[in-house]
Amino acid sequence: MSEHGSSPVIRTTRNAVAVELSGVHKWFGEFHALDGVDLKVMRGERVVVCGPSGSGKSTMIRCINGLEMHQRGKVVVDGVELTDNLKRIDEVRREVGMVFQSLNLFPHLTVLENCTLAPIWVRHMPRREAEALAMQYLARVYIPEQAAKYPGQLSGGQQQRVAIARALCMNPKIMLFDEPTSALDPEMVKEVLDTMVELAMDGMTMIVVSHEMGFARQVANRVVFMDFGQIVESAEPEEFFSHPKHERTKLFLSQILH
Amino acid sequence: MTEPGKAAPAAPGRAMPLADPRFRSIFFQTVLIVTVLAAGYVAVINADANLRAQRIATGLGFLDHPAGFGINQTLIAYSEADSYGRVFVVGLLNTLLVSVIGIVLATIVGFVVGIARLSSNWLIARAAGAYVEVMRNLPLLFQILFWYLAVLGTLPSPRQSLSIADSIFISNRGIIVPSFAFGDGAEIVLAALMLGIGATAALGMLSRHRRRATGRPLTLWWAAVLLLVGLPLAVLAATDFPIGIERPVLRGFNFVGGVRMLPEFAALLIALVTYTGAFIAEIVRAGILSVHRSQTEAAYALGLTRGLALRLIVVPQALRLIVPPLTSQYLNLTKNSSLAVAIGYPDLFAVFAGTTLNQTGQAIEIIAITMAIYLLLSLTTSALMNWYNARMRLAER
Ligand SMILES: Nc1ncnc2c1ncn2[C@@H]1O[C@H](COP(=O)(O)OP(=O)(O)OP(=O)(O)O)[C@@H](O)[C@H]1O
Ligand SMILES: [Mg+2]
Repeated sequence: MSEHGSSPVIRTTRNAVAVELSGVHKWFGEFHALDGVDLKVMRGERVVVCGPSGSGKSTMIRCINGLEMHQRGKVVVDGVELTDNLKRIDEVRREVGMVFQSLNLFPHLTVLENCTLAPIWVRHMPRREAEALAMQYLARVYIPEQAAKYPGQLSGGQQQRVAIARALCMNPKIMLFDEPTSALDPEMVKEVLDTMVELAMDGMTMIVVSHEMGFARQVANRVVFMDFGQIVESAEPEEFFSHPKHERTKLFLSQILH
Repeated sequence: MTEPGKAAPAAPGRAMPLADPRFRSIFFQTVLIVTVLAAGYVAVINADANLRAQRIATGLGFLDHPAGFGINQTLIAYSEADSYGRVFVVGLLNTLLVSVIGIVLATIVGFVVGIARLSSNWLIARAAGAYVEVMRNLPLLFQILFWYLAVLGTLPSPRQSLSIADSIFISNRGIIVPSFAFGDGAEIVLAALMLGIGATAALGMLSRHRRRATGRPLTLWWAAVLLLVGLPLAVLAATDFPIGIERPVLRGFNFVGGVRMLPEFAALLIALVTYTGAFIAEIVRAGILSVHRSQTEAAYALGLTRGLALRLIVVPQALRLIVPPLTSQYLNLTKNSSLAVAIGYPDLFAVFAGTTLNQTGQAIEIIAITMAIYLLLSLTTSALMNWYNARMRLAER
C-alpha cells in the first residue's frame, strides 16, 4: 500500500526523508518537555521509541502531526515544514495517520462510518468508493464482520484494530503509534501487534512509541531511547538491547526486561 | 406518620412495614390520592358558595360577550366590539409570537456565547463569561423593566425619532420599518418567490446526493442567488411592480404606514432572549466540554479541519446532553413571557388572565383555560424535543 519501489528515482531521493526533527524544543509553561530533539526517519523505516514515563515520547510524536506545536527548532514531515500555518498542518495530517493509546473511535458513528468519515470529508471520495476502501482495510485487520457495529460494542483490541484501519483509509505515508497496546488487556495485545507487524511488512513508514520489546526486535530498524525530553540513545535493536551504551538506557532496560 | 410508635430505628431483622418498598409505594400513593380528592372537594364547595354569594354565572358564555377594550398589538383583525373569545385568540397569538421568535433567537445567542466561552481568545472567552454571569444573576423582571423603562423609554418622541435612511424610525413609540404594499398581480410574484425557494431546496438535496455519490457537492451559490433573487425580481418587473414598498411617514404626532414593533414587544423579546440565552450558553458549554478532548484530537489527526471536527464529531455528541436541559429552557421562556403583564405587552396572560378576568370576574374558567393553554404549549414543546432526541439516539445505537 505504499509508494515504495515503483516510484521514479528522483521522487524517491527527494522524499527519502519521511520525518525530520532538528533541535526541537517544547515547553509546557516552565516545564521543558522536549529539550533539543533530533530525529531523522527515512521512508520505509520503522522506529520504535521508548523511555520512562514523562520523558516526552508522546509530546515528540504529537509534534510530528501538529497536535502539539514545538516552540524552537524545525519539524519537517514529508517535505512540509510545520509552522503555525493551519493549512500546512492540515496538509501534513492528511498524510500522517495516528493511533492513540486511549480508545478514541467516534462513539456516535458505526465502525464503517468511523473509517469512511475522513476519506469522504477530507479526500472528497465518493461514499461507495470510501465504503469499499474501508471494507478492504477492515478485512485486513480481520474484523470486516463488525462494520455495522458501534465502537462500544467491540472489545478493546478490536477497537484498536479499527483505529488502525481508520487511519489507513486515508492512505497515509507515515503512521504514528502512541503506545497503542498499553490500554489493552494482555490477551488483546497480540492481535494488535500482529496487525502492526503486517503493516511493517508492507513497508509502511512507522514511528511507534512502545515498550513491547518483542515487537521492537521483530520490526524496528532502529530503537530510540528518550529521557528528560532528550534522545539519549539510538541504535539498531540488536545493538540496543544487548549493548546499550548509556547508563540511563541500561537502567531503563533492566527495569522493563526484569 | 401514621405509626409514631415505630419511628425509632428498627432493629435489623424486624422489618418496619414502611421499609417494604411495595407497601411504602401503595401507602404513599393512597395518602396522595386522598389528599388531592379532599382538597378538590373543598375547592369546589368553596367556589360554588362564593360564586353564589357574588351572583356570578359559571360557564363559558362570557367568551361571546363584547370585550370593549382595545389591544395595541394584534396579529389578527380586532376591535373593541369583538368578543372575549377573540381577545383570547389575540393574546394567545401574541404569546406564541414572542415565544417562538424568542426561542429561535435565544438558541442562536446561547450557541454563539456558549462556544465563545470556550474560545482560546482570552478577551472573547472573558466577555462571554461576563455576559453569562450578569444575565443569569439579574432577575428577569428587572431586565424587562430595564429595557422597557431605561432603554426604550428614554428614546425621543416620534417627531425627533432616530431615522435610518428615512425608512426606519426608532422612537419611544417603537421601531417602525417599511412594509410591503400589495397590488394586483402580487400573487404571481409571491408564487415566483415560493418557486425559487422550492427549487433552491431541491438543488440543495441534489447537491447532498451528489456529495454522497461523487464526494464533491455541486457548486450552488450562483444558482441559489439566481433563483432566490433573480427570479422574483424578473417576475416583479415583468408584472409591472405589483408589490411596492410603503415607507412610514410622520403624520402629526405619529407615523402612518410601515410595520411597527411595539416597545413593549421589543423590551420583552430582548430581555427573554438575553436572559434565556445565558442559560442556554451554559448548557451548550457543558455539552461541548463533556465531549472528551481526545475525540477532537482523533478528528484532527485524520486531517479534519477545526470546523469539520466541531460539526461532525463534537456537536453531534454534545447534542445528546444539550437537548433535554434545552427543552426546559424553551419551556421557561414560554412561561416567562407572561411577565409581559408588567409592561403591558398584550400576551395571553395580560389580556385574558388579566383584563378579561378583571372585567368578567370569571376567575375559575379563565384561570383554568390559561393554565390548560400553558400546559398544552409546554407539553407540545416537550413532545417535539423528545421526538428529536429519540431520533438522534436511534441514529447512534
Ligand atoms: N498539555 C500539557 N500540559 C502540561 N504538561 C504536559 C502536557 N502534556 C504533557 N505534559 C508534561 O510533559 C511531560 C512529557 O509528557 P509526555 O506525555 O510526552 O510523556 P511520555 O513520555 O509520553 O510519558 P508516558 O509514558 O507516561 O506516556 C510530562 O511530564 C507531562 O506531565
Ligand atoms: Mg505518552
